[in-house]
Amino acid sequence: MSLLATTSSVLADFSAGGPLLAELTPAYWQSTLLKVVIVAIVVPTAALVMAVSFLFKMMAWMQSRQGPMEAGLLPRKDGGTGRGELQLIAELLKWLQKEDLVPGRADRLVFKAAPFVVLASTFLLFVALPAGPDPAMAMNTPGGVFFILAVSSLSVIGVLMAGWASSNKYALLGGIRAAGQLIAYELPMVLAVVGIVILTGSMNLQDIVTAQAHFNLFGTAIQLPFIVVQLPLFFVFLTAVQAELTQPPFDMPVAESELVAGYQVEYSGFRFLTFFLSEFASAFGFAAIAATLFLGGWYLPIPGLAMDSSLWYVLGPIILFAKIMVVAFIIFWVRFTYPRFREDQLQKAAWKYLIPLSLVWISITAVCVVVWK
Amino acid sequence: MTITESEKIAYIATQAADARVNLELETEGMTLNIGPQHPATHGTLRIIAKLDGEQVVSCEPSPGYMHRGYEKLTEVRTYPQITTLVNRIDWVGHFANEVPFILAAEKLMGIEAPPRAQHVRTILFEMARQANLVLFLGDLGAQLGGVTAVFYAFRDREFILNQMEALTGGRFHPNFDRIGGIKDDMPKGWIADTKKAMEKVRGFCDEIETLLIGNEIFQTRTRGVGVIPADVALSYGLSGPNLRGSGVDWDLRRDNCPPGLPYDKLDWKVWTHPDGDCFARSWVRLQEVRESTKMVDQLLDSMPSGPIMAKVPRIIKVPEGEAYVETENPLGAMGYYVISKGDLTPFRVKIRTPSFNNISIVPWVTKGVYVADVITILASLYFILGDIDR
Repeated sequence: MSLLATTSSVLADFSAGGPLLAELTPAYWQSTLLKVVIVAIVVPTAALVMAVSFLFKMMAWMQSRQGPMEAGLLPRKDGGTGRGELQLIAELLKWLQKEDLVPGRADRLVFKAAPFVVLASTFLLFVALPAGPDPAMAMNTPGGVFFILAVSSLSVIGVLMAGWASSNKYALLGGIRAAGQLIAYELPMVLAVVGIVILTGSMNLQDIVTAQAHFNLFGTAIQLPFIVVQLPLFFVFLTAVQAELTQPPFDMPVAESELVAGYQVEYSGFRFLTFFLSEFASAFGFAAIAATLFLGGWYLPIPGLAMDSSLWYVLGPIILFAKIMVVAFIIFWVRFTYPRFREDQLQKAAWKYLIPLSLVWISITAVCVVVWK
Repeated sequence: MTITESEKIAYIATQAADARVNLELETEGMTLNIGPQHPATHGTLRIIAKLDGEQVVSCEPSPGYMHRGYEKLTEVRTYPQITTLVNRIDWVGHFANEVPFILAAEKLMGIEAPPRAQHVRTILFEMARQANLVLFLGDLGAQLGGVTAVFYAFRDREFILNQMEALTGGRFHPNFDRIGGIKDDMPKGWIADTKKAMEKVRGFCDEIETLLIGNEIFQTRTRGVGVIPADVALSYGLSGPNLRGSGVDWDLRRDNCPPGLPYDKLDWKVWTHPDGDCFARSWVRLQEVRESTKMVDQLLDSMPSGPIMAKVPRIIKVPEGEAYVETENPLGAMGYYVISKGDLTPFRVKIRTPSFNNISIVPWVTKGVYVADVITILASLYFILGDIDR
């Protein structure tokens, strides 16, 4: 009875937007444990969501692939059976069955550790993302943007480890290509964020969300996300994300037709799955960052709902997830459509076009902020 | 002005220091074996690439990993049996391999297929070309990283293969061409269905043009890459779309068509491109698929009635003599040199396959390019392994 009463009072409090939830203050170890568990659950789930919704469903529709559309037992409209619901299970079973091979001349320890280094950087990416008001994030740090950009480039260490330790020429070429590419595209990515930081005056991701909740142009009352004034930098950011994820059109490090999957060539079974997992979880993570920086994060201007309402604990993650899916759709749409750049063309694109473009837009932003604020 | 001894010594010392630094800085090249098992080599072609960083110093194709001895095997097969062998040479252009051999045998025997058989034969010949080149256009995308194209190619090639299956019973190895005609007449409704399939293939061409050939990234990857001038192309013995991509207006279907293929009655055009780069070769192939669908439509419209087999003896003995027949196959000029001693089997058959000559230019054209461009060039030259190691 008392449980029911508590629940109903919390719910009543929720709808009233009251402070009851905020009064629940757990001990430090309790909240830390909870956060660790949540991140540990969110990362594989995010990868799974990305893989199923985009790699299986969207790609199958776009490229008319049979398996993800037809594997399974559910009835189909055309009279056959299967709507692709068993594809995921088939894939997982296939990967888990495979033997964990280590090449004879490989550096065993480094080879085995490399996928987990890549995965670790993905985990760190998720830590600083706000999915709701303050307590609903694992780490509220003043330099949130800086932290995220720093950890996102950690994966290059894992990639280089994999490339070098495989003792394979293709893997080495792939690893070196990956290193060059990730470093080259780190700069446009950082520059793309600078405009946001100028507008907000803070590097804290939570502050950026709040700033977008109060941002309006030329004295109008309409709340606008930063994408309205930062569209070129949003484009630069998404391009850099595409390169950081080593996805087409920037997938030379794993180019399957020339380098036979590059640094991943010697990996099989579960270790390959780890690379795969971190790739898709990173896609989710970067989409979340883009959604937070440019699309207003977990906040959506709903009339009659104040920003300090408790309802945001529930609505926040849902809204953020919806925005992530929109951004991820763009990322994967490009991925499934375009052919691959060449290595030198990639560097040229970064240094000759993306960086000047973002520098120009940063200057414009700075001038506008000084003039109108 | 005199040079003092100390200046001389200083000069020599700097020279020596430079030499030492050069020696220290000199990096060893890397030999990269592309293949025999590599997705870009369509089978088991081995390419030995000596690299300096990502740039190719020298690149040498090394065929022979799949030698099948078809030339020798023909010597112990009767003439009708040989078509089963040869349509496995270029396995994606299947039927096209049978045509020049049958024409050579017919030339030796002095017979000619009836008009209806000639029409069906040419239709199948062109459909094999489409099946081959549609797959090329998809594969080109896959080699350049755009995987979508290859799925579209496999999806739309199915329309061609289904029609071939409906007529011949074989999707990949029709084995349908006979000395003096073809095996069977067309089934009911085949003409209308084939026209629909041609419409689908034209749709595929439009799709691939917007998706791949017109794509900016594709153009930056292919334009100006792997340029083969016309004179070099001719001196290396290139043929087919690779030659026409270099601006040489030469097509055996028009210029030296053997009797038995009614190309002269059709209204069509030989496409060439003056650039000679990877883009030109791809573009020429795309246009050729379109042209080929139009040819099939014309052939279907003008289908004559009559028998499908000429009068040939039940046991085929080819009279003594020699004949060489060359046709324009999907990959280039394919020819059979048949020597007969009047037996049930040929005395010797020499097969001239286009891919063998087409890849001979690889060392010339890949000098100094990047590894990624080697793949582009190989994809645009478009060889089939069976066509190299027959």
